[in-house]
Amino acid sequence: MTGPTPDEAVDLAESRPGPRSRRRSPRGGLRRPGLVGWLFILPALAFYVVFVLRPIALTFQYSLYTWDGIGPSTWAGFANYVKVFTDPDLFASILNAIKLIVFFSAIPVLLGLAIAATIRQIATSRLALVARTVIFLPQVIPLVAAGIAWTWLLSSTGVINQLLTLVGLGDITRAWLGDFSTALPAVGLIGAWVLLGLCTLLLLAGMSKIDPALYEAARLDGAGPLREFRSITLPSLRQELAVCVTVTVIAALASFDIIYISTQGGPGNSTMVPGLEIYYLAFSERQIGVASALAMVLMVIVIAVALPIQRLTRDR
Amino acid sequence: MTVIGGALAAGCAAPGSDAPEAQPTNAATPSTAPGCGTEPITLKGYFETGFPLPKTLTEEFSKQYPNVKWDIREDQFAVITQNAPRVLADDPPDLMRLPQVSELVKDNLLKNMDGYAQAFGWDKWPASQLEQMRLAPGGKVRGEGSLYAMGLNFSMTGVFYNKKLAEKVGMSAPPATLAEFDDLLAKAKAAGVDPIAQFNGGATGGLAFPLQNLMAAYGPAGPINEWIYQKPGATIDTPTNLQAARHLEKWIKAGYFWKDVNAVDYATMMSRFIDGKGLFMFDGDWESGNLDKQMPGDAGFFLMPSAQEGGKLAAMSAPLTFGVGARAKNPDCAAFFLNWVATDDKARDIGVEVGGSHPMGPADAHMPDVKPGTVTESTLAAGAKIAEDNGAMDFIANATGAIYAKSWTPNLQKMVAGQQTPEGLLKSVQSDYQSQTGGN
Repeated sequence: MTGPTPDEAVDLAESRPGPRSRRRSPRGGLRRPGLVGWLFILPALAFYVVFVLRPIALTFQYSLYTWDGIGPSTWAGFANYVKVFTDPDLFASILNAIKLIVFFSAIPVLLGLAIAATIRQIATSRLALVARTVIFLPQVIPLVAAGIAWTWLLSSTGVINQLLTLVGLGDITRAWLGDFSTALPAVGLIGAWVLLGLCTLLLLAGMSKIDPALYEAARLDGAGPLREFRSITLPSLRQELAVCVTVTVIAALASFDIIYISTQGGPGNSTMVPGLEIYYLAFSERQIGVASALAMVLMVIVIAVALPIQRLTRDR
Repeated sequence: MTVIGGALAAGCAAPGSDAPEAQPTNAATPSTAPGCGTEPITLKGYFETGFPLPKTLTEEFSKQYPNVKWDIREDQFAVITQNAPRVLADDPPDLMRLPQVSELVKDNLLKNMDGYAQAFGWDKWPASQLEQMRLAPGGKVRGEGSLYAMGLNFSMTGVFYNKKLAEKVGMSAPPATLAEFDDLLAKAKAAGVDPIAQFNGGATGGLAFPLQNLMAAYGPAGPINEWIYQKPGATIDTPTNLQAARHLEKWIKAGYFWKDVNAVDYATMMSRFIDGKGLFMFDGDWESGNLDKQMPGDAGFFLMPSAQEGGKLAAMSAPLTFGVGARAKNPDCAAFFLNWVATDDKARDIGVEVGGSHPMGPADAHMPDVKPGTVTESTLAAGAKIAEDNGAMDFIANATGAIYAKSWTPNLQKMVAGQQTPEGLLKSVQSDYQSQTGGN
């Protein structure tokens, strides 16, 4: 979602200098200055329409047909949507995506907060710089490369199992990605590792914006570090937290690449997620209609989860 | 707003309304012999990455016919599978490595090769070579009807074994019955040797290889082929297949497979087997050349023994399928190339040395000399035995486009984890098969 929304477009028009009364009138924004504003956003809007809105509209259209992608299609109405909710495999993939939120979102945000607070405490030392770099590194690595590297680490002869054996935990070693009970958490761990850096850096940036005078005043009033964190740091980070949670929740719900590389949905269907299921349905089973219906459902779920987060954390 | 409206309205026709029309079947023999002519010509190919045979053949072909140049695109097989319909519809290559073909024929994307078969005399070759590429009108049933693809050679699967490890467990000759095979597996386990090297991870359940071999050991190949060919009423849930699935479960429970088999992919299996971590491996002759190079003299091969003494042998055996796009620019030259691959001595040599499998063609055609004692020699000999017993089957993973990734694989992985029974496995696959083939 990179294009300007209509709301932003109106803001853009309104920020032009002009009589205050015209800015206030609801129609005024769309008069002459507004028109110029629309002209400015036209190129971006055209791209947005062609590459975002049109594919969404087409996907919705396809979701109403039974189609193999090449031959003639037949009208199916909402039968494909019924299938998404009644087929146990498809529904299970949605549940898996929801479980992944714990790993992709909760862990990076909570751990990110702790790490950012710690790094801030030692902000002046060289260690802080090193820590920041190391933690952000996963963001720079392509997800596919991360997936491959973790597949090696988590394999039965990988480093993780070697370490476990070394510390005397040889009994619990296993092929983490090939075991029904551990495959989903193992995939989630990779996601947590990738997203932790982003959250830490965002929260750290947010913390550096907080006025030091606030902390000083709090300390004069006798607040301890915990109280400072709860009463100053956390409320000031509202917006950064909103961004972190939104981005990571969407990453969990729409996950594809990490899972495609590390497990391809297996073993069984234990790590199947909607993104991967859509891909299999469209390109391997050639059921474009069902794939499109699942894609629309996924989009609605993402919006339904992301919008309230935005609303709850908006600054008033 | 008009921009938005226009762009959104662009997709209002029903999807697929621009689908390719059915081509005239053109079964008559072409009036002039198909060939590549003498004018410069560029053939467009779409081949599989990591598989040197087709490219080596095209290089040799251009040496013999210098007016033919090649424009080759390569992708992984999984990518070709996903791209095939779209590529054949939008930008049809002259020669293409094909995945499962039924759906492509149904959508009128492949050239009917009956005319070429008659002109070149392919219909006089042993019929079993072409059977898997014949389809009834509409692509509904395989194994009969018009020819829609050709093979560069035909490959076959069985059991590879590590000769050094075999010696260690006291195996002096390949097992003659399933009971003897079981005995060897138990001996290997007792001697601390990994009995079976196999993959079963990701979206590719490699236990389908031993499973189908066990199906062949217990029952005839015919009904399995009928199921793969989507003959009406065919079922995989038969009594002998159930015996096979139960036998596989017995192997799993006995610990004959690696503990992490559900996380092992094909490449890992190969490297572990070559490293000596596994006595047996269910795989195909496309690895013969590779194994002769990587573990010279140490690899052996035998066909899966029957459950009964002296019973007929069967194996998964399928042509390396190539097709010509229905709207390709140079179909005659492409067909001429396919005929050349099967009949030219040099091309047949390449087929065996580089491809590791048996070339297509007439039964009495030239066969290259193979070094005695190599795996390639044993796989070629095994191919002759399968032809004699009429035991060639296609792979149960090829019955429909999605049956492997979405049905066999998850069910076999569940079986390894003790979450699926032999009965449940066959019932579940059969039910998926019925929904994918439209309930026949």
